[in-house]
Amino acid sequence: MKKRKWTTFDIFLTLFMLFVVVITLYPFLNILAISLNNAVDTAKGGIHIWPRDFTYANYQEIFGSNDRLLQAFFMSILRTIVGTIAGIIASTMLAYVLSRRDFVFNGLVGFLLVLTMFISGGLIPEYMLIRQLGLINDFGVYIWPMLISAFNVIIIRSFMDNLPSALEESAKMDGANDFTIFTRIIVPLCLPVIATIALFLAVMQWNSWFDTYLYARSNETLTTLQFELMKILDNANISSGDITSQNAEIVAGQTNPQSIKMAITIIATVPILMIYPFLQKYFVTGLTLGAVKS
Amino acid sequence: MSRINNAAEAQPNLPESNTPVHTKVKPGFPMRKGKKPSKKPGQKGFWNRMSKQKALLLMSFPFVIWLVIFKYIPVAGWVMAFQDYKAQFSIFDQEWVGFKHFKDLFNEPMFYRALENTLGMGILSLVFGTLFAIAFALLLNEVRFLTLKKWTQTISYLPHFVSWVIVANIVITMLSPEGIVNNLLVSIGLLDSPINFMAKPDMFWGIVTAADVWKETGWNAIIYLAAMAGVDPQLYEAAKVDGASRWRQMWHITLPSIRPVIIVLLILNIGNLINIGFEKQMLLGNNIVAEKALVIDLYALDYGIGMFRYSFGTAIGIFKSVISIILILICNGFAKRIGEGRVF
Repeated sequence: MKKRKWTTFDIFLTLFMLFVVVITLYPFLNILAISLNNAVDTAKGGIHIWPRDFTYANYQEIFGSNDRLLQAFFMSILRTIVGTIAGIIASTMLAYVLSRRDFVFNGLVGFLLVLTMFISGGLIPEYMLIRQLGLINDFGVYIWPMLISAFNVIIIRSFMDNLPSALEESAKMDGANDFTIFTRIIVPLCLPVIATIALFLAVMQWNSWFDTYLYARSNETLTTLQFELMKILDNANISSGDITSQNAEIVAGQTNPQSIKMAITIIATVPILMIYPFLQKYFVTGLTLGAVKS
Repeated sequence: MSRINNAAEAQPNLPESNTPVHTKVKPGFPMRKGKKPSKKPGQKGFWNRMSKQKALLLMSFPFVIWLVIFKYIPVAGWVMAFQDYKAQFSIFDQEWVGFKHFKDLFNEPMFYRALENTLGMGILSLVFGTLFAIAFALLLNEVRFLTLKKWTQTISYLPHFVSWVIVANIVITMLSPEGIVNNLLVSIGLLDSPINFMAKPDMFWGIVTAADVWKETGWNAIIYLAAMAGVDPQLYEAAKVDGASRWRQMWHITLPSIRPVIIVLLILNIGNLINIGFEKQMLLGNNIVAEKALVIDLYALDYGIGMFRYSFGTAIGIFKSVISIILILICNGFAKRIGEGRVF
């Protein structure tokens, strides 16, 4: 390619793009700096992207002295792992059944699934259902209600539709049943799409807080990082009372709920950053495919 | 907001048409698609096939049960809106009250405030979300320095993946009296002293919209960028020969080329205008701005669950669904009329 001359327009574009990068990244860097800064010092203001009075006290508070925040951290991880695995098993199995056009109830099951994308009972009936099922304050409330999403199943199914069926045919001749074909042949071939959906589910599980708020508020063992963060936000809004310090020994003068809030924010963001390269690879290709089609 | 997801939801009817061509080319390698029941049709064939598909039946049965319980029972719960639901009786022994709850709802001033807030913030997010995404995509598409283009795009959709709890925390921190926004405004002389943005009811809609734009612009731009990548380069060459500036190329070539995508996404988003959810409003709101933050879902939550008025809350949910369906039908009809093809 031959070199082009840089015009004013190119310079404007470059500056604009740098501006976008700065306004996107600055808040994260600012919060990281505050989370690593002495809380009393932070209150004086003026912290930007570098801590002034460096301390790990806010993180020590979460991982050391505060049992509830540590619990919340592990519960966030647990629900992400269990929720993702359960969701993957359910969606993949259902997608396989739906990819089998010779299945006698294919049409019926597909219809029941797709219809859920257009109608939903709404907040109150769903709440009453969860209550009737006894899932209030139960770990199951993190898993069951979001086990299957029609959208995910359809993505997996369209991937399966494009697999050649020769392998499957030969397995059938060898006398393998449908379940064996599914686990031995279909699943290994579908690993790329399974990875995509797994990321999708993991991000959703890691980020959710409303189900804790609505269904598991009074069970302390079920609290999650996102919910603890939400409580601090909510509390700072309503009064100066502070939830985080209720049963915690605050390291004297080094930390306060506002600074702990920043540390929780960072801890809740880091896993997203860690899987970001993968997210980018799979999500964007998936999304672009969908976009071009529609 | 899951604009993009919504956009992609329109896709289910598409995948059907992928493979037949391929099947014709290689008859020896039948695709899964083309597989037809090999036995003769008819009742006998049906039972025969069913008995051979025990594994498939077992694999789908639990999920059908799941769909019925978690997706269809709540829809059946709509009958509660026409009853005076009391928790001590079963749903079959409730007193029927007809449209009482809907009448109550329409006589409640709070409901109109919730509706106004929902539509207000919905329209603001729709307009600014779309404009910023298109503008960002247009500009990014013009960047010739590929490393910069790639990095900017990658960074721009990072906020999409973090939760609203985190974004709310970021927004509140940045807008606090000690935050960067106040610092900047004071130092360039636009403000005399820092103001507490989060305590200004009149600013609440704007703050929610700005937060939404910050979080989703990069993500929403992806779909437009993909559409722009498909524009025929010859068009630009021809324009260059005619001496068109890059602004004119953007305006006369790029924008018209992505028009169908813009219209489809607009239609999907208008259909979801009332389904803006409540996360942003709940997390960014506080007592001082409550009257501007109350949206329909929060209203249903406060009255339906907070005050145990389950029937009333269900009626709110039904109202929302009905409005949503009407909006989708109107937009769909409109799209058909202007000849951009129906979405559904």
